[in-house]
Amino acid sequence: MPDGLPTEIDLTRPSAARVYDYFLGGAHNFEIDRQLAEQIASMTPNLAATMRSGRDFLRRAVRVLLDAGIDQFLDIGSGIPTVGNVHEVAQATNPKARVVYVDIDPVAVAHSRELLADNDLTGVIHADLREPDRILTETRELGLIDFSRPMGILLAGVVHFVPDADRPEEILATLRAAAAPGSFLVISHSTFEDQPQEMLDAQRLSARTDTEITLRSRAQVTGFFGDWTVLEPGVVHMPLWRPDSPSDVDEHPERFGAFGGVARYDQPAG
Amino acid sequence: MAVVPDPVGADVGRSGAQGYAADWARAVRRLGFVPLSAAETERLLLVHTVRLAQAARAEPFTARPAEEVGRALVEAHLTEPRALEWSLRALGADFPRRVLAAGGWPGDLSERIAAMQGGLAAGYARALRDRTFAQQERIARSAWQARDEVEQALRDSEARFRAVFTGAAIGIGIAGVDGQIIDVNQAFADMLGYSIEELCQANVAALFHPDDAAGMWELYQEMVEGKQDAARVEKRYYRKDGSVVWTDLAVSLIRHDDGRPRFTVAMIEDITERYELQQRLRFQALHDPLTGLPNRTLFFETLGQVFDTAAPERRVGVCFLDLDGFKAINDSLGHDLGDRLLVMIGRRLAECVADHGHLVARMGGDEFVILVDGGEDAVAVAEAALAAVAAPVHVGDQQLAVSASVGIVECPAAATTASELMKAADTTLYWAKAAGRGRYAVYDPERSARDMARAALVAGLPAALERGEFVLHYQPIVSLLEGRMLAVEALVRWDHPELGLIGPDRFIGLAEETGLIVGLGEWVLRTACRDAERWWREFPEARLVVSVNLAARQADDPAIVDTVADALATTGLPAELLQLELTESAVMGSAGEPLRSLHRLAALGVRLAVDDFGTGYSNLAYLRRLPIHCLKLAGPFVEGIRADGTDVVADHRDERIVDALVRLAHALELWVTAEAVETGVQAERLRALRCDTGQGRYFGAPAPAEAITARLRGGSAG
Repeated sequence: MPDGLPTEIDLTRPSAARVYDYFLGGAHNFEIDRQLAEQIASMTPNLAATMRSGRDFLRRAVRVLLDAGIDQFLDIGSGIPTVGNVHEVAQATNPKARVVYVDIDPVAVAHSRELLADNDLTGVIHADLREPDRILTETRELGLIDFSRPMGILLAGVVHFVPDADRPEEILATLRAAAAPGSFLVISHSTFEDQPQEMLDAQRLSARTDTEITLRSRAQVTGFFGDWTVLEPGVVHMPLWRPDSPSDVDEHPERFGAFGGVARYDQPAG
Repeated sequence: MAVVPDPVGADVGRSGAQGYAADWARAVRRLGFVPLSAAETERLLLVHTVRLAQAARAEPFTARPAEEVGRALVEAHLTEPRALEWSLRALGADFPRRVLAAGGWPGDLSERIAAMQGGLAAGYARALRDRTFAQQERIARSAWQARDEVEQALRDSEARFRAVFTGAAIGIGIAGVDGQIIDVNQAFADMLGYSIEELCQANVAALFHPDDAAGMWELYQEMVEGKQDAARVEKRYYRKDGSVVWTDLAVSLIRHDDGRPRFTVAMIEDITERYELQQRLRFQALHDPLTGLPNRTLFFETLGQVFDTAAPERRVGVCFLDLDGFKAINDSLGHDLGDRLLVMIGRRLAECVADHGHLVARMGGDEFVILVDGGEDAVAVAEAALAAVAAPVHVGDQQLAVSASVGIVECPAAATTASELMKAADTTLYWAKAAGRGRYAVYDPERSARDMARAALVAGLPAALERGEFVLHYQPIVSLLEGRMLAVEALVRWDHPELGLIGPDRFIGLAEETGLIVGLGEWVLRTACRDAERWWREFPEARLVVSVNLAARQADDPAIVDTVADALATTGLPAELLQLELTESAVMGSAGEPLRSLHRLAALGVRLAVDDFGTGYSNLAYLRRLPIHCLKLAGPFVEGIRADGTDVVADHRDERIVDALVRLAHALELWVTAEAVETGVQAERLRALRCDTGQGRYFGAPAPAEAITARLRGGSAG
């Protein structure tokens, strides 16, 4: 059992992955997860929409990466990949695309393994984002991703589970350092910028799962991309990031309370 | 928008279907999560719209396609209940008009639409139920699987722990907070000589002993109360057979999830060998290898403990003992015999105080020290020790008579410290040595204070000379015949920054002992010459002679002639105006012969005087041949001449001695100066005895140079 991961499965506590699944309309959840989800939803009606919006952002970002020729993805904090998951989006465009899912939740991991048992081009790792070296080592051991070629590192709605005390900027630096030039980094991250009080209250409520959310500023989120080239339109409220059509963006794109952004590792000249 | 295949051709209104599908797509995307882009959603729903339109017109009619559409919606994750609601309502309300209008519709359309609504709902519900069952089953299975994995990991971890526990070389034991031992491994049982079963019936308390290090039991209590989480101590256990095993014991507290203490886990390592080695090394570090006695380190440790723990009024005594002439024994008989002698002496000292619980330590060399325990008479201990040492010692075929000296210090613990006590003992031993062999001295704080004051003065002398703290005073030497001041004697004073003006009696002796007299004497000589030259220049008629004392050590120094010549040359004082005073012993020199320098000094033209004449043993034969100009009669002879002295026989004798000495001096053609002239009567008598000059308080006390200048300026007033 890796250090830092749970040594007990406590089904009496809600799980972030299963709450997320419920918000996406899935049934991979238990009563305790649904209760928390309904409680959160009653306080912040936007939250379910936020999660859907995050899923949409991820889908659009993955498509952009696929168009750029990326065919291998490391999806950290994948949760329960049932609805709109990365390998489906990717393999619909490129049937040979490879995806490695990483999650801290042992139930999500067990579930993912079962779901993906027949898919040779996907793999699942049980690990904590706070141990990036372990993630990289185990990903290499899986042999699905070729680290000498560009890849897409996906951190959708996960870095905000890492408190400042765990030095997320160092974690990101470790991950970036492992990638070959031409790789992409996708991040979506909750923010307090432009948010009403209810959002901040909901954040406290999320402490009931094993993970608490740290809201960060646009500058902090941008900082996670390091010296990589942030693609247009930059780090923006998620609906504003390359919408499928202008009509997909309503008057309040900030209401989802999360930034999305994509950056590319351009090899420095010379 | 991509082209959608139209399986039945023009009977479906293309634009109507597309508009309907677009509204449908917008609605489902608004109402719930759709994992597709808007265009993809619309394309998907257009297919279903066309399918529903075909079904509505088909002959024979069946609601089955509607059921399939319902299932397909679920499969595309369009599972939001309100999306279904929208789909069914639109199918009944808008669908016929917007999608079917172009091609007309069958007469039983409303029944067909109702049936399709039912079919879609049934297909949707069935698929959703299937999916929910499947997902619930999968998530539950995943949960159990994850739990299994964790449990497996726990079992693996337990198995590894068990392997470590049973196979470990160190002893591991687990006990409840009530002290009841729950489990121990074989190594633990082996170390204590019990079986595992025997230990598992025991309580931790039974493993503690009254002679455990202080606080050990309390530490354990704090741990089971949750106040400590870990402890590490060296602990002695008694094995079942009664033998002792020393262990390095580490105990950790294991808590319940809510923090309550649950178990203690003890790990013990047998360190008996290491412990014994440590003890041996410690003994070696604290004992003298030759005599086996405690060494200096242990002595000071013990003394420190005595001072740390003694009540303030408790008396602490030490006897510091040193063999007399041990170096000579060592040198003449060899180190081997010397060492054997030390062993014997050490043994005797240990035996003679053993019954009293005193500590005997060898401090090094032939020094021993006895720590006299509480209130016993240290002098008695010292006497016993001296007696023990004094008994003849047989070493090899030699019989040696050895003696020792002892310095004794005894005082209340509160009055001193260990280091002060030993310093005092060292001083006292020095006194005993100085007083002769085979005796003891008892510390005398007053004597020590005098010694220390003396030492402080000695220490301050060189700096005092450098800083110019010495000053010269001059005492007139006056002609007894005409009352004129013929000379002055230069007398040195120390203007001490703390003690004020100090007379020469308090520091000249010290300066002679330390050799500083050479430097000081030269300073006096040069200063006196400079002052005298000034008087000569200002009052040439007075021809005032300055008389400077030369210490024996100065006079002995061959360089003295050059020094005097240089002082005269640099100051410009005529040689005949300088008189050097030497004591009788100095005149005779250290070799028992007159100083070689005397003739050379006389050759410079300076006058030479013998100071304190009559107190030494002058060799008159030499005196006759030496270039001496003057004798200064010692004070005691002059003191004997008193106003009322004529009736006293002894006084007559002094007067007759002075008379004889003056006659002797005149016979040798020497001047005579009488010192310590206090009264006019004395001056008168001395003049009657034809003494040439006088010096003393009657003629003027020693005074600064300015006072002499003033007296000269006053002319014949002197």
